[in-house]
Amino acid sequence: MRKPFAIAAGPKAVGWACLCVVFSPVSRAFAAAPLNYLTSAGVQGDSVLPLTWGVTIISIAVIVIIAILVAGGIWRRPGLSVQPAGRRLPVEEKASGLNWIWIGVGISSLVLLFMVVWTMAVLARVTSPPTRPALTIEVTGHQWWWQVRYLSRDPAQIFTTANEIHIPVGEPVRFKLVGADVIHSFWIPQLGGKTDAIPGQTNETWLEAHKPGIYRGQCTEYCGVQHAKMGMLLIAESPGDFAAWRAHQLQSPAHPATGGQWAGLANFTAHCGACHAIRGTDAAGMVGPDLSHLMQRHTIAAGILPNDPADLERWISDPQGIKPGALMQKPELSANERASIISYLETLN
Amino acid sequence: MADRLPIETALPVGAIDTRASGWWAMIFVVFTEAALFAYLLFSYYYIAVQPHAPHTFPEGGLPDLKLAVPNTIVLLLSSGAVAWAQFNIEKNDKRHLVWGLGIAAVLGMIFLVVQYFEWAAKPFALASSSYSSLYFVVTGFHMAHVVVGVILLWALFAWSAMGYFNRVRYAHIHIGALYWHFVDAVWIAVFFTFYVTPYLGLRT
Amino acid sequence: MTITDYERVPTVSTDENQALADKFKRLWETKPGLAGFLSTVDHKEIGIRYIITAFGFLIAGGVEAAVMRWQLAWPGEHVLTPEQYDQLFSTHGMTMIFLYAGPILSGFSNYLWPLLLGARDMALPRLNALSYWIYLCAGIFLYAAFAFGFGPNDGWFNYVPLAARPYNAGPNIDFYALGMILLGISTTVGAINFIVTFLRMRAPGMSINRVPILIWGTLTASAANIFAIPAVSLAFFLLWMDRNLGTHFFDVPTGGSALLWQHLFWMFGHPWVYAIVLPAMGMVSDGLPVFCRRPLVGYTVVALATVATMVLGFGVWVHHMFATGLPTISLSFFSAASIIITVPSAVAIFAWIATIWTGRPVFTTAFMFFTSFIVLFTIGGVSGVMTGSVPVDWQLTDTYFVVAHLHYVLIGINVFPVVGATYFWFPKFTGRLMDERLGRWNFWTMFIGFNLGFFPMHISGLLGMPRRVYTYADGMGWDWLNLITTIGSYVFAVGVLLFLINVWKSYRRGAVAGDNPWDAPTLEWATTSPPPPYNFVVIPTVASRHPLWEDRLQQHEGEGSHVDAGLVLDHDREAIGTSSLDATPDIILRMPHDSYAPVILALAVTAFFAGLAFHAWWLAALGALVVGIDIIGWLWPERKLGETAEPAIHG
Ligand code: HEA
Ligand code: HEA
Ligand code: HEC
Ligand code: CUA
Ligand SMILES: [Cu+2]
Repeated sequence: MRKPFAIAAGPKAVGWACLCVVFSPVSRAFAAAPLNYLTSAGVQGDSVLPLTWGVTIISIAVIVIIAILVAGGIWRRPGLSVQPAGRRLPVEEKASGLNWIWIGVGISSLVLLFMVVWTMAVLARVTSPPTRPALTIEVTGHQWWWQVRYLSRDPAQIFTTANEIHIPVGEPVRFKLVGADVIHSFWIPQLGGKTDAIPGQTNETWLEAHKPGIYRGQCTEYCGVQHAKMGMLLIAESPGDFAAWRAHQLQSPAHPATGGQWAGLANFTAHCGACHAIRGTDAAGMVGPDLSHLMQRHTIAAGILPNDPADLERWISDPQGIKPGALMQKPELSANERASIISYLETLN
Repeated sequence: MADRLPIETALPVGAIDTRASGWWAMIFVVFTEAALFAYLLFSYYYIAVQPHAPHTFPEGGLPDLKLAVPNTIVLLLSSGAVAWAQFNIEKNDKRHLVWGLGIAAVLGMIFLVVQYFEWAAKPFALASSSYSSLYFVVTGFHMAHVVVGVILLWALFAWSAMGYFNRVRYAHIHIGALYWHFVDAVWIAVFFTFYVTPYLGLRT
Repeated sequence: MTITDYERVPTVSTDENQALADKFKRLWETKPGLAGFLSTVDHKEIGIRYIITAFGFLIAGGVEAAVMRWQLAWPGEHVLTPEQYDQLFSTHGMTMIFLYAGPILSGFSNYLWPLLLGARDMALPRLNALSYWIYLCAGIFLYAAFAFGFGPNDGWFNYVPLAARPYNAGPNIDFYALGMILLGISTTVGAINFIVTFLRMRAPGMSINRVPILIWGTLTASAANIFAIPAVSLAFFLLWMDRNLGTHFFDVPTGGSALLWQHLFWMFGHPWVYAIVLPAMGMVSDGLPVFCRRPLVGYTVVALATVATMVLGFGVWVHHMFATGLPTISLSFFSAASIIITVPSAVAIFAWIATIWTGRPVFTTAFMFFTSFIVLFTIGGVSGVMTGSVPVDWQLTDTYFVVAHLHYVLIGINVFPVVGATYFWFPKFTGRLMDERLGRWNFWTMFIGFNLGFFPMHISGLLGMPRRVYTYADGMGWDWLNLITTIGSYVFAVGVLLFLINVWKSYRRGAVAGDNPWDAPTLEWATTSPPPPYNFVVIPTVASRHPLWEDRLQQHEGEGSHVDAGLVLDHDREAIGTSSLDATPDIILRMPHDSYAPVILALAVTAFFAGLAFHAWWLAALGALVVGIDIIGWLWPERKLGETAEPAIHG
C-alpha cells in the first residue's frame, strides 16, 4: 500500500534538546513513524512526554542495574561449571544477605514513590484543558470508520463529516466520544492519549495542537475484522483556515454542472443514498460516512486510501477487496453508472 | 532413633468429628461460592446505578414482600432444623438427627415451591429488561443452590436413616450442614439486595 | 462403641524395610492398562499428564503464533484473512493463558507437592483426578470448536458488545464462554485441593515456616483462584445468557452495561496473571539456591512478599481500563496501586540476587534458566510499571508495548522458570538426567531468540503500532522491527524445539540420575527417582527447611529431621494428617483407592456443557443427571475410608 499522505509533525524540543541529541538517530526513526508517541505536537502531549521519557529512562536504568548485579553475582565467585551428578557439594550460609533486600527494596521504593508523585502531578494537569474549550466535536466510532459532528448551540451551525477532523491551532478542543456499535478507541498519538468510545456512555477528552499539521489517528480498541484499517486524520490549521473550512462545510455542495454529473447524482441517490448522505440532495443515509464535501478529504475509507480518482474508483468497484468485511458491500453498478457516480463525487468540494 | 519420633499417643483413624479433608474442602467451596454471589450482587448494584428510564428499576415498582418475607423465614427455620440435627448427632441421638434432616429438607422444598409462585407472580420475564434478567438470574442461581442443597439433605437423611453416623463419625453431616447454612446466609444477602434496597431508595 | 475403636498408635520403622515397601506397592500401585489409566488417583501420574497436556497446548499456541508472525513479518502480507487472523490471536491468547500457563504450574505442583511435603498423596486424590479430566475435556472442547472454524475471535478478554450476538453471530463465542466455565471448574477444584493439602498433609514437624517457597506460590495462587475464578465464570455465563436467552446484562440499549464485563473480567484477570507466575517464581526460589549452594536469602520476606503480591493483586484491575473514561480519582488510586505492587516483586528480585551473590553458583542449564529469568522478569516488570502510570498508559495501551510487556512477564516468568524447572526436576520424574550440552544450546537459542523477538515489540509499540491488527501499511516505521520480531520468534521456536528434543532424548537414554543428583535439600530428593507410588516408605519428620542439608548447616531444632525412619501407616492407603500451623500429627487419614468417579463426572459435566452449546437440552439434562448420580455415589460414606459408624476395616 502506498503512503497516502505526508506528516508535518516534528519533535517538540522544549527542555529535551539534550535527549534529542543522544537519541537523534532514534528521533529520526520517530519522524518516519507517524503514530509514534515519543514526540509530541500538542499541549497534552507536552505534559505527558517528559513523564513517558522519564519512566522509560528509569526503567532502562533498573534493567541495566539488575543485569549488572546478576552478571556480577555469577562471575564474582564462580563455582563449578558442571555438576558432578549425585556427589555431595559444600553448602554454606556465611552471610545472611538480608541487607541486599533492605537496601534494594528501600531504594526501589523511593524511586517508585517518586514515580507515583510524578504520575499524579501529570494526571492532574492533563485531565482537564488549560482553558475552557470553545469548540466541541462529537466523534462516533462505527465499525470501521469515524463519524465527526461539530456541535453548537445553534442548530444551523451543526454539521457532520467523517474520518477527518479539523481543529484550530492554539486552542483546546473538547471531544465527546460515543461508540455506535462496539467499543472503539480514539487516539491521535502526536496530540494525546487514548479515550475509548463506548456504547451507552459519552466519554470526554480534549486536545490542543501547537502547530498546524496533519496528524494521523487510529482506532486502538479491537472492534472486529477491520479494526486494523480504522484510521483517521486530524488536521490542525490556523484559526482563520479553520473558520473558512467550517463555513464551507456548513454549505451544501454545489449542484452538478454537466448532464453526466446529474446522471451521477441520480445513480448515487439510487445506489448509494440509502447509506450515504449528501447535503442538499435526496441521499440521506446514515449507515456510512457523510460524503457532502468528500473532495475536501485527503483520504477515503477511514484513512487507508489516498483520495484520488483512481483510488476512489478502486474503492467503489470493490470495497471488499480493499477492506474485507467492511460494511459497504460491493455496489452492483455498470461501468457507465460507476463512471457517472465518480464524476459526480468529484464535484463534491 | 525411631523411638524418639513424636508419636506416642493414639491417633484417630479416618473421619472423626470434622477432622476430615472433605470438611476443609467444603469451607473453600463455600468461599468460592460466596465470591460468586458477591460478583452477582456486584453486577446488580453496578447496573442499578447506571441510568435507567424512570420506574423501570426495579421493574414493576417496589417488590412485593408478601411471599418473600415468609419464605425467608421458612429458609431460616430449615437452617435451624439442620443445626438441631447437628446438635443431636453430637449427642449420639440418631433418631432426632434423621428428623432434623427430614424437616430441613421439607422446608427447603417448601421454599422452592413458594419461590415458584413468587416467580410466576412477577409481571416480567427473563428477557424483559436488565432488571428482570438480574432478578431471575440471581434468584435462579440461589434456587439452583437450594435444589442441590435439598438433594444433599435427602441423601444425608437416607444415610442417617441407614445408621451410617454416630457420635464421632458425622463428618458428612457437618459438611452438608455447612453448605446448607451457607445457602441460607446467601439468601439473606440476595433478599436484602432485591427486596430491601429498593425501599431504602435504590431505584429509579 | 467407644472412641478407642477408632484409634491406633501408629508404628514406626526405618525405610530399609523391603517387606513394607512390597506391601505399600500392592496397596498404592495403579492397575496396569486402560483401567488404571482411567481410574488412577496418583498425584504423580496426574501431574505428569498435566505437564504433557500443557506442553501440548504450548506447542499449539506457539504454532498459531508462528503463523501470525508470518502474516506480520511484512506490511500488507495476506496469507491470512482478517477473520482467520482474529481467531488465531484470540485462540493463541486463550491457549497460552488458560490452557498452558495455568495448567503447567498445576502439573508441577501436583507432582511435587506431596513429595515436597513428605506426604503420600494430595489431600483429595479423586478431586485431583477430576481436575485433570475436566481440564483435558475443556481443552478438547475449546479446540474442537477452533478446528471447525469457531474459535474465539474477540481476543482473550472478549469484550462486549463485540462478543454479543448482534456483532458476533456465529457460535464462536458460545464455545469460548462454555469452555471457559468448564475450565474454571477444573481450576477451582484443583485450587481447593492444594489449599486443603497445605493445611492437612505436611509431614510432622513441617510448620508453615518450613515449607518450600513453591508451596507458598501455589498456595497463594490457589487462594486467589478461589476468589477470582467466579468472576470470570460468571461473566462468561451472563454473556452466554445474553447471547442465547435474550437477557440484558451487557446489552446497552436495554439497560445493560458494556463496562460491567470489563470489571468482572479484570477483577479475575489481574489476580490470574499473578496466579500463573507466583508458583513459577516459587520454583526459582527453591531451585536457584540449590545451585548457589546456600539457602535462599530472606525466606520469610519472600514468602510474605508472595502473599502480599497476591493481596495487592486484587486491587489493581482497573489498570486494564485506564482509557474507559473512569473518574480521575479512581484512576489515581489504581495507578498508585499498580506502581506500588512492585515492592513485593522487588523483595523477591533482591532475594534472588543476594542468593547468587552470597553463594557459589554451579553452572547447570537449570541455573541459567533461573538466573536469566531474573533479568527477564525485571524487563517485563518495569514495562508494567510504565503502563501503571495512567497518563503514560493512555499512550502505551493497546499498542505492541503491551504485547511486549505481557510476553516478557509470561514467557520470562512462566516459560523460562518452567523450562528450568524441567531441567531441575526431570531426574526426579524419570530417573534420568537431561543432556547438559544440548541444554546449553537450548538455553542460548531460547534466550537470544526471545529477546530478539520480543524486545523490538517495545519499540514498535512506542512507534505507535496498535495490537490486534492483521496487517499494517508500510511507511509507518514498523517494517524492520516486525521482521526482526518474526525472525526472533522463529529462533525462539527452534529453542523450544531443542528443549522438546532434549526431553525426548533424555527420557529414552539420559544418564541415570540417582536419588539426589543436585545434592538438593528438600524432601522430594529423599526418595528414589522416580518415586514409588506411595512416595515414602516411612513418613519423614521435619525439623528445618533443609532436611537434607542439616548436617552441613546446623540450623535445625532438637535432633534434626528424620527421613530414613518414621511413621509406617500400612493398614490400607493411609496418610498422616497434621495440624495446620505446626504440623503436629492429628489424625490418620484413610486415602481413597483408584476410582472411575472422576473421569465419569468430567465426561458428564462436559456433556452438560456440550448440550448447552448445541442447544441439545436432552444432552444437558442427561449430563446433569449423571453428574448428580456420580456425586452422590462419590460422597457415599465408605467404611473403608473411615466415614461410617463402624470402625475402619484394617488393611
Ligand atoms: C504474567 C503475568 C504478569 C505479571 C507478573 C505482570 C506484572 C505487572 N503488570 Fe502486567 N499484564 C499482564 C501480565 C502480567 N503483568 C498481561 C497478560 C497483560 C495484558 C493483558 C491484555 O491486555 O491482553 C498485562 C497488562 C498490564 C497493564 C495494562 C496495560 C494496558 O493494557 O494498557 C498494566 C498497567 O498498569 C500492567 C501493569 C503491571 C505491573 C505494574 C506489574 C508488576 O507486578 C511488575 C512488578 C515487577 C517489577 C517492576 C520488576 C522487579 C522490580 C525491581 C527490579 C525493583 C526496581 C524497580 C523499579 C524502581 C521500577 N500490566
Ligand atoms: C504464556 C503466554 C504466551 C506465550 C508463551 C506466547 C508466545 C508467543 N506469542 Fe503471544 N500472546 C499471549 C500470550 C503468550 N504468547 C497473549 C495473552 C496475547 C494476547 C492475545 C490477545 O490480544 O487477545 C498474545 C498475543 C501475541 C501477539 C499479538 C497479536 C496481536 O495483537 O495482533 C503476537 C504477535 O507477534 C504473539 C506472538 C507470540 C510468539 C511468536 C510466541 C512464541 O514465544 C511461541 C514460541 C513457541 C512455539 C513456536 C511452539 C513450539 C515450537 C515448536 C514445536 C517448534 C516448531 C515450530 C515452528 C518452527 C513454527 N503473541
Ligand atoms: C450498505 C451501505 C452502503 C452502500 C449501499 C454504499 N456504501 Fe459507501 N460506505 C459504507 C460504509 C459503511 C462505509 C465506511 C467503510 C469503512 O471505511 O469501513 C462507506 C464508505 C464509502 C466511502 C469512503 C468515505 C470516507 O469518508 O472514507 C465512499 C467514497 C463511499 N462509501 C462511496 C459509496 C458509493 C459511491 C456507493 C454507491 C455506489 C456506496 N458508497 C454505497 C456503506 C455503504
Ligand atoms: Cu474501531 Cu478498532
Ligand atoms: Cu493487570
